[in-house]
Amino acid sequence: MFRRFFLGLIGLLIITFCGFLIYAWKPAISPTDPPDRASFDQALIEQGAVLAAVGNCTGCHTKPGGRSFAGGLAIPTPFGTIYSTNVTPDPKTGIGQWSEAAFTRAMREGVDREGRHLYPAFPYDHFTVVSDEDNRALYAFLMTRQPVEQEPLANELPFPLNIRMVLAGWKLLFLDDGAYQNVAAQSAERNRGAYLANGLGHCGSCHTPRNALGAEVAGSHLAGGEAEGWSAFALDTGNAAPLPWTRDSLYAYLRQGWHEEHGVANGPMAEVTGNLGLLSDADVGAIATYVVSLMGEPSEQRKQAADKVRELVAKSAAGVINVSATTGSGDKALERGGAIYLAACSSCHDGNRPQPFGGINFHLSTALNAPDSQNLINTVLFGLPAASGRQSAIMPGFAATMNDEQLTDLLAYLRQEFAGKPAWQDVASRAADTRSGKYHVSVRPSDGIERGPDNIGARDK
Amino acid sequence: MIKLNVNGATHEVDVDPSTPLLYVLRNDLKLNAAKFGCGLGQCGACTVMVDGKAVFSCLTPVMLIEGRQVKTVEGLGTIDNPGPMQVAFMEEQAAQCGYCIPGMMMRAQALLEANPGASDAEIRAGMEPNLCRCGTHMRILSAVGKARELMKTASVAPTAGEGKAS
Repeated sequence: MFRRFFLGLIGLLIITFCGFLIYAWKPAISPTDPPDRASFDQALIEQGAVLAAVGNCTGCHTKPGGRSFAGGLAIPTPFGTIYSTNVTPDPKTGIGQWSEAAFTRAMREGVDREGRHLYPAFPYDHFTVVSDEDNRALYAFLMTRQPVEQEPLANELPFPLNIRMVLAGWKLLFLDDGAYQNVAAQSAERNRGAYLANGLGHCGSCHTPRNALGAEVAGSHLAGGEAEGWSAFALDTGNAAPLPWTRDSLYAYLRQGWHEEHGVANGPMAEVTGNLGLLSDADVGAIATYVVSLMGEPSEQRKQAADKVRELVAKSAAGVINVSATTGSGDKALERGGAIYLAACSSCHDGNRPQPFGGINFHLSTALNAPDSQNLINTVLFGLPAASGRQSAIMPGFAATMNDEQLTDLLAYLRQEFAGKPAWQDVASRAADTRSGKYHVSVRPSDGIERGPDNIGARDK
Repeated sequence: MIKLNVNGATHEVDVDPSTPLLYVLRNDLKLNAAKFGCGLGQCGACTVMVDGKAVFSCLTPVMLIEGRQVKTVEGLGTIDNPGPMQVAFMEEQAAQCGYCIPGMMMRAQALLEANPGASDAEIRAGMEPNLCRCGTHMRILSAVGKARELMKTASVAPTAGEGKAS
């Protein structure tokens, strides 16, 4: 009896395993010769360029200082390092032999031309909803780029994650397929924004928290996540901006990479806003409309707090320096932090030069009101490097000037003085790990459309 | 009183702790190599070394560097006995108006001390924060390249002032 049960169980396991293999096995799609440029309509290529900008394809598929779309960027994940692939039309090392069908399958199913499962560092969990028409334009754009012969680097992943078949199981658990569905009750503009933001734009890849297996947490859409060592702030009702975002302010921020009420895009977001420069006003507006709708109407309490912030900013612009936490508090750490602020920060951050070339008044800072101190630590240590060959907002880094203790005092002061919130508890240890590179941070110039030269990605090595 | 170690000598200066290092160097210690350019950390004319790294002295309150080693151009050599960085800048005639040059030299010194075999591309990238409005960048780059070679052969180069009290 027991023996029969045991054999049955084994049989069932074998059948399940075979079923999984059948599910997991994807056929290769026959190689084709790289298509001729003349086979694509020029308008389609141009449309593809815009869509590639929405997808920030260059952000991962170009290494700082490297050739466009030739890959090789190290993407640190909690599971190991994944290297981006070469998506130029080079037949040997890029996607030159991919047919449009192979390209569309990669976008929809996360499978390469040869039938191998792709790691979800490539955000196909968002690209499933990209329309056939948009995939066709993206294909036309990529297949008409300069081919670059550059072998992709091997990923550094431990067993069993280095077995690509495992990804079929991940997809079974976490991948939703199916085209984008317009919500009938919403405006056409909001639907367009949702399509762009949740599809090609893959906002959630950074702004949604991930579970232990690296998948976006289903019930926490855009509730705040992490990207390349930066906190990606919540874009839902949990957004901590002192002045609540409006459709117009978010539109302007996405359009130009900064907004006077919110500051300059930094870290990976700087690339996003740089990329969005290629979009039509209507599409940028659609994304703003959609995202602001997720943040919801601010509460009365938040509106009052915002009025208070406006008052303080106006006072400061009129030359009134507020040093309440530094004088007479008796707290030595706060006093030291306040002195550092006055000596090292206030000349830009409490001056009268308008943004983006003057620093943000900290009363307006989302980073200071955020749940953790990471973005502030990154910015103080590494600053905001200059963009290559053109005007940009910059900030000098203070890594060589300030030690972790001084940085801790400064942040305690800023947090109390400008956000009115209790000090973050783990600034010293975060700062030490960030400085040493144990916690990896990608440093980017503001508004970088292409990955800049090697020097600015100082932490990529 | 704040204790500063500049070019190997210890100084006690009576200044407000929030005073920028640049002002203390120039006004109190009469070390006039580092220059005031923008006061915002955007031009690099005020660059000096602190614990071997290049920093903008105009944005560095002295309170942050108590007990740390500051080095300025005066610490690279003397008129009679210039150090390799200074020799290289003179031989390549890298200065036009010269205002940015002390900052350039200190950024280059920090770069080459950390990476003595820096490639031309690494030098170019490393010098990026410092601006020259005369446009002598090509000469500055060749001077830094020459300094790289001179520093290799003269590893016990005169670092005047070091170890001596002022």
